[in-house]
Amino acid sequence: MKYLMFVATDPEPDTSSEPHTDVEAWFADVEGRGKWVIGDRVRPAEDATTVRVRSGELLVTDGPYTESKDWIVGFDVLDCEDLDEAIEIASKHPMARAGRLELRPFWPIDEG
Amino acid sequence: MAAAVGEQRLRIVAGLIRVTGDWELAEDCVQDAVERALARWPRDGVPVNPAAWLTTTAHRRALDLLRRRRTEADKLREVQALTETEGSAVDPYGGVYRDDQLRLLFTCCHPALPPAGRVALTLKTVAGLSTRELAAAFLVTEPTMGQRLLRTRTKIAHAGIAFRVPEPHRLAARTVGVLAVVYLIFNEGYSNADGGAGDLAAEGVRLVGLLAALLPTDDEVQGLRALLLLQHARRASRTDVNGELVPMEEQDRRGWDRAMIVDGMAVLDRSRVAGRAPGPYRLQAEIAAEHALAPDAAATDWARIVVLYDVLFDQQPSPVVALNRAAAVGFRDGPQAGLAALAEVERDERLAGYHLLPAVRADLLRRLGCAAEAAAAYRDALTLVRTAAERRFLERRLREVTASGTTPGDRADQPDVMASSPPGDAWVPAGESGQLRQVAGPKWSVATPICPDS
Repeated sequence: MKYLMFVATDPEPDTSSEPHTDVEAWFADVEGRGKWVIGDRVRPAEDATTVRVRSGELLVTDGPYTESKDWIVGFDVLDCEDLDEAIEIASKHPMARAGRLELRPFWPIDEG
Repeated sequence: MAAAVGEQRLRIVAGLIRVTGDWELAEDCVQDAVERALARWPRDGVPVNPAAWLTTTAHRRALDLLRRRRTEADKLREVQALTETEGSAVDPYGGVYRDDQLRLLFTCCHPALPPAGRVALTLKTVAGLSTRELAAAFLVTEPTMGQRLLRTRTKIAHAGIAFRVPEPHRLAARTVGVLAVVYLIFNEGYSNADGGAGDLAAEGVRLVGLLAALLPTDDEVQGLRALLLLQHARRASRTDVNGELVPMEEQDRRGWDRAMIVDGMAVLDRSRVAGRAPGPYRLQAEIAAEHALAPDAAATDWARIVVLYDVLFDQQPSPVVALNRAAAVGFRDGPQAGLAALAEVERDERLAGYHLLPAVRADLLRRLGCAAEAAAAYRDALTLVRTAAERRFLERRLREVTASGTTPGDRADQPDVMASSPPGDAWVPAGESGQLRQVAGPKWSVATPICPDS
């Protein structure tokens, strides 16, 4: 089962003194176990472009489509056995503490 | 017969969900088997092996339905295999059956499901309540409850929540989540007995008994079990013949269920013997035990109860624990000291809108003899109270303080010993504690001017 993991900032990050985890170690582990499909950082909202077509007219605007205090700063596609495994992987990502992660299951086009 | 059927029902449902992944199919097939049993057994006699009879009947029904659907050959083979491996002499909590029921509980109470959905699905699938019974208990329409169950089951399928027991390193934390659901179920029945939810308290007691059978070595399971037994033992005395709430000090303690108190104390004693530090549920059970064992309200050991709340607060720094502690201080050291402790709690914004905050304040002021201030606090509580029984109780107290025109000279000496709530009712389940963050600043101190007119 594939999950899109949004990596986002959070106004209230973890302030505890738990040991630091780094993203390289996280990636090496997840990739090494064949759970990682693709992923990257994305540029901040000020570099976003929103595209719409209305009545045949192309509308291109600067900025993201929602106003939010929390920005999506990256994404990963994970291929997991089930949600618990995806949660386990997400919990070890450094941004689970520095920000927040959102797991969205894929909805394959041939599934109702 | 009903109890035996109930034990087998859960075991068979859990097995069918595991192999088919189809919650509705599993529940329908077992329901069908149970109905056949209840229709046939009184007439033809109970079969030699009722467990095997029910299992076979439910599995036959499942095979029948899966054959008709044609597309699910894999599931069909799985159910056939399940039927072949089913033993006839059955300990419903042993071996594979134990695992199946744990899988079911952990899935129903998965933290990725909405809390109301966890409660509904647990009651539907584990406790076997009908959608109609659930709708009545939670004061919603049957279609609304049906939608809630459907959305919850749909999320399980769509989000890929597996039917499994958590990894060992997550087991304790996930168990706390299951306990939180069971406690919510119990409290819904305990605090809203006249809202059609009364039976939910008994379901909560049954569910924690099931958990204790499945996870006999978990301290907090035993702690919650002791807590629920000790609270549920008071059920008959909590309301009078007219359904009005009776505060604990006015309760006829002869009406308390002594056998259930003995059971609860036995569970508590066993967990004390193990020598491990008590968790939040066991601490609350210790508090409930102080009430259960006091021969009358005046003999309650409030000093020990305050100490227990202090330890509980260290583990669960929730403002609701602080509120209960302030009330206990009011009984140990008098209402003035209680109000001083409450002043600190009242600064916590997270309690805004919580009716027990002004209700505790009102009771302390009433006992202090500040009738006008007490009346104002009762009116505040009445704007926030949710259940009809608590509303009537607060209205009664409001009438009493406005009629008496109490002066500081003639104090009302009868305290409301957790009048409108069990000690644990006001406590936030551990699994949900993330919603309540630590109380800032010094824990308790700071006296404020009280009862300005006196």
